[in-house]
Amino acid sequence: MTETASRPAQTPRLVRPRRGRLVAGVGAGLARHLGIDAVVTRLALLALCFGGVGIAVYIVLVLFVPVEDAEDADAPAAGEDPQSEAGRKGRDISQLIAYCALAGGLGMLALLFGGWFEPVLWFIIFGAIGATILWQQANPALREEWMSTSVLAQSSKSWARTGAGILLVVIGAIGFLVFQQQLSEARAGLTFAATIIAGISLIAAPWIIGLVRERDKERRERIRSQERAELAAHIHDSVLHTLTLIQRRAEDPREVQRLARVQERALRSWLYQRPADAETTVKAALERVAAEVEETHGVPIEVVCVGDCPIDDGIHAELRAAREAMVNASKYAGSDAISVFGEVDPEEVLVFVRDRGAGFDLDAVPEDRMGVRGSILGRMERHGGSARIRTAPGEGTEVQLRMPRRQEPAG
Amino acid sequence: MADESTGENIGENIGESTGENPPGFAESGTPPRVVIVDDHRLFRSGVRGELGDAVDVIGEAGDVDSAVEVITEKRPDLVLLDVHLPGGGGSEVLRRILPRNPEIRFLALSVSDAAEDVIGVVRGGARGYVTKTISGRELADAIVRVADGDAVFSPRLAGFVLDAFSATDAPPMDPELDRLTQREREVLRLIARGYAYKEVAKELFISVKTVETHVSSVLRKLQLSNRHELSRWATARRLV
Repeated sequence: MTETASRPAQTPRLVRPRRGRLVAGVGAGLARHLGIDAVVTRLALLALCFGGVGIAVYIVLVLFVPVEDAEDADAPAAGEDPQSEAGRKGRDISQLIAYCALAGGLGMLALLFGGWFEPVLWFIIFGAIGATILWQQANPALREEWMSTSVLAQSSKSWARTGAGILLVVIGAIGFLVFQQQLSEARAGLTFAATIIAGISLIAAPWIIGLVRERDKERRERIRSQERAELAAHIHDSVLHTLTLIQRRAEDPREVQRLARVQERALRSWLYQRPADAETTVKAALERVAAEVEETHGVPIEVVCVGDCPIDDGIHAELRAAREAMVNASKYAGSDAISVFGEVDPEEVLVFVRDRGAGFDLDAVPEDRMGVRGSILGRMERHGGSARIRTAPGEGTEVQLRMPRRQEPAG
Repeated sequence: MADESTGENIGENIGESTGENPPGFAESGTPPRVVIVDDHRLFRSGVRGELGDAVDVIGEAGDVDSAVEVITEKRPDLVLLDVHLPGGGGSEVLRRILPRNPEIRFLALSVSDAAEDVIGVVRGGARGYVTKTISGRELADAIVRVADGDAVFSPRLAGFVLDAFSATDAPPMDPELDRLTQREREVLRLIARGYAYKEVAKELFISVKTVETHVSSVLRKLQLSNRHELSRWATARRLV
């Protein structure tokens, strides 16, 4: 055991694993540490219990052997089947029942044949288990370990544990006294002690409750002030920064407008927290594309999208064509705003990009101009969709993109 | 505009509003009398300046209580209403004014384009919704339109309505209210694409008046339908 430090690879440190444990992980931890099967260590511990020594050993190990780190627990330990039920869930109930049955059987045997069944010992064990539970409750790290199984039932579980611990200690203490034939003598003392304890509780209770409330209040305050600090940091990094930039660039209205729009969009998405799934659905992707084009070219783009669906290859091409249309509108139309409308039908995805700018004569566009023909019309046709451009000089331009949906709509 | 035909029911006079009524503000040239309700003084004066002579601003207010006071006292043709107001928000103003003064029109104006805000205030009784990025000319246009009894939909509001009425999972409880007609849908789609009413009319070969009728009809459905999405948006409205 002293060589663990020098050979960390062969002999894992003695810890109580988070996964694959039956009671508190002592058996499993020992087995992993010694490199033997967990069944062996568990049976050995079980056998030792009948001298009473095993229980003491177990309790001491629970108290002093640290729990495995959370990060280590995520990687399945060597030699442990990651797919096994015990590996995935906290503990294997059926195994636990088997060991309990074994313990019960051995206990009956001991009762029948053994002369060394000492009731007193059992009450000491009760008391010890109760005390262990109470001590566990007091240790925040261990408490966290116990509660990590279920966040919802946290507080009620913790109360149940405390209650069980107190009950076991009381049973242990009273049973010990009964079997030592000292209960009658101790009764007067017990009554006295109980009265004193009750009195002290009555005096101390309001004070303790006050302390607890005070602590809760403090905690709330702390959370609130943390939130405030976070908000202040966000405002500082984004809004104040942009306002400074705007003051510096005051002579350039286009740049000022661009900065204001960028900041507005950032703040908006922060406030309303749209899910960041820009790569997966049409609506978010369309908004992202528009935001990028707007940032580069400085013309406000308003996006309205009805319905939503995941992006497939065809829709991906449609989004690229839409981006090209937005870029064209920003660069050449001279319009002060661009409207983008996306609509997801059960059969197809439509995107309209519209400006109220100069417009142009479609027939006059030379064949070799890549922008419109290659990036928009050609791209849509290659992917099985279609594109239409409606424009005339002075009437603005609308690019209409249409792409059939290939996959069946999910759900 | 405070004539008898403007009944208690919001949807009652839609579509006929320009029939036998006296000429609207658009034709007569008299600017509508407007109260601006917004908690930012800078914004109020900005709007006042931008609107110029197109409307007659007769009052301002910065919170719910003073808004109710000013509106009850001045009885304007139209209230330009901010959605986020101290004291309960724009919806609260609508709730306190509309039951007793159904003739006063409301045009909601907000920086927010979240569905909850938009749908909430429109279902509260506003006849239109525009965002604060709107230009002064467009805003004046929208004010005149709403003051004349029409509805004004921004592209985004049109998008929300299409979204809300497109989900077909549950059978509508009231087919007349819970469904849009094919024509209404077409009109909304064009508005969402950024078309002005005039352009919508040209595109569909119908008159501007007919477009206005369709939009008013959609507004009525939007305000009265019990579609799940609408009630959810309306109740989920947060007041910042």
